[in-house]
Amino acid sequence: MEKLLSGNEAIAEGAIYAGCRFFAGYPITPSSDLAERMSFRLPQVGGRFIQMEDEIASAGAIIGASLCGIKSMTATSGPGFSLMQEHISFAAMAEVPIVIANIQRGGPSTGLPTFPSQQDMMQARWGAHGDYEAITLVPCSVEECFYLTVKAFNLSEKYRVPAFILSDEVIAHLREKVRIPEPGEIEVIDREKPRVPPEQYYPYDDSQGEVPPLAAFGSGYRYHVTGLAHDITGFPTHDPEKVGRLLKRIVDKIRNHVSEIVEYEEYMIEDADILVFSYGCTSRACKEAIQELRRDGVKVGLWRPKVIWPFPEEELKKAASGKKAVLVVEMNYKQVGYEVERILCDMRVHWMGRADGEIIPPEEIEEEVKCILTS
Amino acid sequence: MYTDIVREYLRKDKFPSIWCPGCGHGIILGALLRAVYKLGWDKNKIVLVSGIGCSGRTPGYVDFNTLHTTHGRALAFATGIKMANPELHVIAVMGDGDAVAIGGNHFIHTARRNLDITAIVYNNSIYGMTGGQVSPTTPVGARATTAPYGCVEKPFDVVELALGSGATFVARGSSYHVPMLDNIIKEALAHKGFSVVDVITTCPTTFGRRNRLTDDPVKNLEWIKERLVPLSKWEKMSEEERKGKLPFGIFRKQELPELTELYHEMDLKVRGEK
Repeated sequence: MEKLLSGNEAIAEGAIYAGCRFFAGYPITPSSDLAERMSFRLPQVGGRFIQMEDEIASAGAIIGASLCGIKSMTATSGPGFSLMQEHISFAAMAEVPIVIANIQRGGPSTGLPTFPSQQDMMQARWGAHGDYEAITLVPCSVEECFYLTVKAFNLSEKYRVPAFILSDEVIAHLREKVRIPEPGEIEVIDREKPRVPPEQYYPYDDSQGEVPPLAAFGSGYRYHVTGLAHDITGFPTHDPEKVGRLLKRIVDKIRNHVSEIVEYEEYMIEDADILVFSYGCTSRACKEAIQELRRDGVKVGLWRPKVIWPFPEEELKKAASGKKAVLVVEMNYKQVGYEVERILCDMRVHWMGRADGEIIPPEEIEEEVKCILTS
Repeated sequence: MYTDIVREYLRKDKFPSIWCPGCGHGIILGALLRAVYKLGWDKNKIVLVSGIGCSGRTPGYVDFNTLHTTHGRALAFATGIKMANPELHVIAVMGDGDAVAIGGNHFIHTARRNLDITAIVYNNSIYGMTGGQVSPTTPVGARATTAPYGCVEKPFDVVELALGSGATFVARGSSYHVPMLDNIIKEALAHKGFSVVDVITTCPTTFGRRNRLTDDPVKNLEWIKERLVPLSKWEKMSEEERKGKLPFGIFRKQELPELTELYHEMDLKVRGEK
């Protein structure tokens, strides 16, 4: 079935396709219409929507619902995402799958509520307190909003981590054709359930793998969940050996599986001298600039991550190998640019960006590429 | 009964508790478990949620589905749980700072929604876990580590706050009046809708010692006895007589449509089944 949808509507439809049946949220521009869509759609499919008193409560409520075995999400923008960090940290520590869509707007603070930006890239990476790993996906089109939302739920369920969809004001309200797959057409992953009887169940038992099965509250498996450092039984401990084992596992369960998690697009990179690195709405302007430059015979290609955290480090290194230079283009005052510099430390890495509410026009990107070629 | 409760409801390997000698929290936990026992609830269907602080350690000791959340947010998590699975009995235990300082917003909105959750506030007028800082229920003049010259601000009355926010069951009990607390909590649990029990309790370690009650648990409990008066008596007292006192009993018990039931009705309409 094909539908004309906005990016925010496509995230809502992707969530429902993935099995999301609980949404708790708080209005904030430019994400509010995502909540509106969920309030309309969830009752139709046996799900539940609730508008909470703030973003902190929204993130808490989705963790509670997820512990009952229900796939749950919320949506917000920069300021609300900041308020949710407390519970992102909790969900990471307690290993409760949740999905958060952050429709980025101009910051800092209240900033530019109705204009796009990519200023929350590092907030998604390092925003909350403590050491943890989460997963962040960056759609660049309405159709990708749908597919990456399904993927966000799948990864969140598979790895018992918070997963974020970092969209932006442009993609959120752009309308494009989306092909909605039939049920069963694309994979939907559900969290693993316990295979042992309740008396043998430990919610953080890592003996069978890095991601322990998660029982639903009310299913007869009575267990304890806490944000305190805990052992495999879920009860608090400050034994350094047990705490170290827990923290190492909650980072390693992602860091050891980067290649299985990441997804990226390579566009005209094979013969390219210059590799443009960009993501989200900005990558669309890059693509147009590349098409224009190619007409002039400039060998340039695009490397675009769809999953940005964990960072596709090895994949980028491989793609950039042998290129003359890399140009990072993003709508902030350098966030992911530093990460690319760190990874490609022996290469010429150029950066361009802006964070004034205006999207970067293809012409400016063309200019920059030409400048690099002549420098 | 007591043997059954210990055997059935407590995670015995988690004792001794972290609570100080003379702490009132164990008394409240006892009352809660006796109430659950009398109602005969299936422990697989009970979720006990807490915030952070001394009260926050309650879920670790009981053999239910238990969730120790973040400071002030117990009711936010509880809301998600009850909405996701209305069959579950959801109980939220909170301290006074937890419930009405950092968690004040969640408290008033959960009350407004009339979601079927029982909130039990372990109200000892102090931040015990962090060492005795002033709380929004510290009486004027009482000393705390962050109110060394005595508390200047007027405290919250948790009962008034719950009534004003629309809670459909509101009561106050204490860790001194134990048989009455058992009954109040039992009624609160059985109530369909949001129920609040403000339990006046003691913290000999961080409140008592700084406020001429010493760390003697009996002296601390007597301070409750001196201050609390039954609601029936309170109603006949003059303004002058009420000074420094607090009424206890059941203030409101009202049958109003419960939130998950209202949503269920909405679902039926949306799907054209009604």
